[in-house]
Amino acid sequence: MTSANPLRAGFFARLTQGHARDAVFTLGQFYRNLSGALLTCFVMGITLALPASLHMAVRNVSAVSYAWESTLQVSLFLHDSTTPDQAGLIMQKLRARPGVASVSYISRAESLAEFKALSGFGAALDLLESNPLPAVITISPVKGVQRPLIDALVVELGRLPEVEVAKLDRQWLDRLYAFLALAERLVLLVAGLLGLAVVVIVGNTIRLDIEARRAEIVVLKLIGATDGFIRRPFLYTGLWYGLVGGIIAWLLVHGAVLALTQPTLDLAGLYGSSYRLQGLPWDATALMFGAGILLGWMGAWRTVSQRLREIEPQ
Amino acid sequence: MADIIHFHRVSHRYEGVGDVLSDVTLTLAKGEMAFLTGNSGAGKSTLLKLIALLERPTRGQIMVNGQNTSSVKSRQIPLFRQQIGVVFQNFNLLYDRSVYDNVAIPLVIRGISHGDIGRRVRAALDAVGLLGKEKAAPITLSGGEQQRVGIARAIVAKPQLLLADEPTGNLDPDMAREVMELFRRFNEVGVSVLVATHALGLIKKLPYRVIHLDKGQLTTRQSPELMERTIDLG
Repeated sequence: MTSANPLRAGFFARLTQGHARDAVFTLGQFYRNLSGALLTCFVMGITLALPASLHMAVRNVSAVSYAWESTLQVSLFLHDSTTPDQAGLIMQKLRARPGVASVSYISRAESLAEFKALSGFGAALDLLESNPLPAVITISPVKGVQRPLIDALVVELGRLPEVEVAKLDRQWLDRLYAFLALAERLVLLVAGLLGLAVVVIVGNTIRLDIEARRAEIVVLKLIGATDGFIRRPFLYTGLWYGLVGGIIAWLLVHGAVLALTQPTLDLAGLYGSSYRLQGLPWDATALMFGAGILLGWMGAWRTVSQRLREIEPQ
Repeated sequence: MADIIHFHRVSHRYEGVGDVLSDVTLTLAKGEMAFLTGNSGAGKSTLLKLIALLERPTRGQIMVNGQNTSSVKSRQIPLFRQQIGVVFQNFNLLYDRSVYDNVAIPLVIRGISHGDIGRRVRAALDAVGLLGKEKAAPITLSGGEQQRVGIARAIVAKPQLLLADEPTGNLDPDMAREVMELFRRFNEVGVSVLVATHALGLIKKLPYRVIHLDKGQLTTRQSPELMERTIDLG
């Protein structure tokens, strides 16, 4: 009895016609209630901008720390029995190796003098009968040498009979990396929580929207509108909130980058670096927009589906 | 299959109220028009709600257009309702949309293509005498005009069955007569019409069957009380 209506448009035409109509209709609603809608979008924008800017901060610190990789040094602590001549021989061989930029030697006496001058334990050291400090050869690798090559060099040099310990002076950098990995994870957690917040924000706004249009929903149900039909405009409303929220988030992050660029340049200049603050990369930007749209849609879906079951004509 | 509506021993009970309809058996033939009368609380609205599946019967079977309503699942209800045009006492128009948009809703729900919607909305508005009011906001129209918009919306998708619940309840006598005349005209082109109404004076001169409900029961003959009321209102 619900025979196919000859005037029904084709499936695809019907779909696009309906979606286009709802998209335009809800955009019109958005515009008519601009201040209220923008307020919601602003809250969403801040919520999206927060994890995005944290991510950006972590990325920048990572970039800076990678730049520090090139200042790494390998230190060879020599046995006390090693003579300066033997040390000189090792240095000669090292200089001939590819990937080694410079080699320098600090004798035991120099080590002691430096330590006395810098550590503040000079008087205490005077009490010792012999010099406890070893002679050290420091090796600076050529910039851009891969980490595995350096690690291999450290292992190889550690096997030399004259060398007591070979050490890559990078513990602090490893700690920084570990800290950054932790920070990345925290950013993900924060992003997840704030994503949940976006769903709740949109859901709450849509809930008010639904209450305001309760009578309309009842009428639509009375004249045979499917839940899908009634739900769709609300989903588009959620989508617009998400999209505009994403745009606001992007503006906020971009504004922050603009505000921080000059101070960063100044700071980097003090360290003799020309490091420039990196903005949000395009993939993170796309993710931010995508998350805004998806979460807006999801928040609307959750609320509408829940409310539609409760609103029935009497 | 000549009946558009068939009630077989239908009862409906509201929790805490008792039987609103008890053991009602009635039919409305395809193409027939009938009035459903009775006092407030006699069960008229409940009977209409059972047809539109706003309520389910406590007992008994209801066939609408050959389909047993008990076989219609919740998610099939929208499609089921699309076969029925419904007119309400309080019009139930969407006041944030134009007359045109209100009448177009049933077609939009069915996914009718854009061009056809325009043609059929204008035809429906023409049928109720409101062709010039397409762009008007419903709130600017008189009660009678608003109800005609409601009727245009009910018939625009060409349903086989038209239900009306007190369609003239909020209208003055002249407007009420116009509205009844519209139902009569749609019936003449083959639409089955069931109108629940109090307006006995309005319908007594019309040549249609009167189904009278009294305390939830069908009375085959008009009760003396009804005769009295008919005379009073006449």
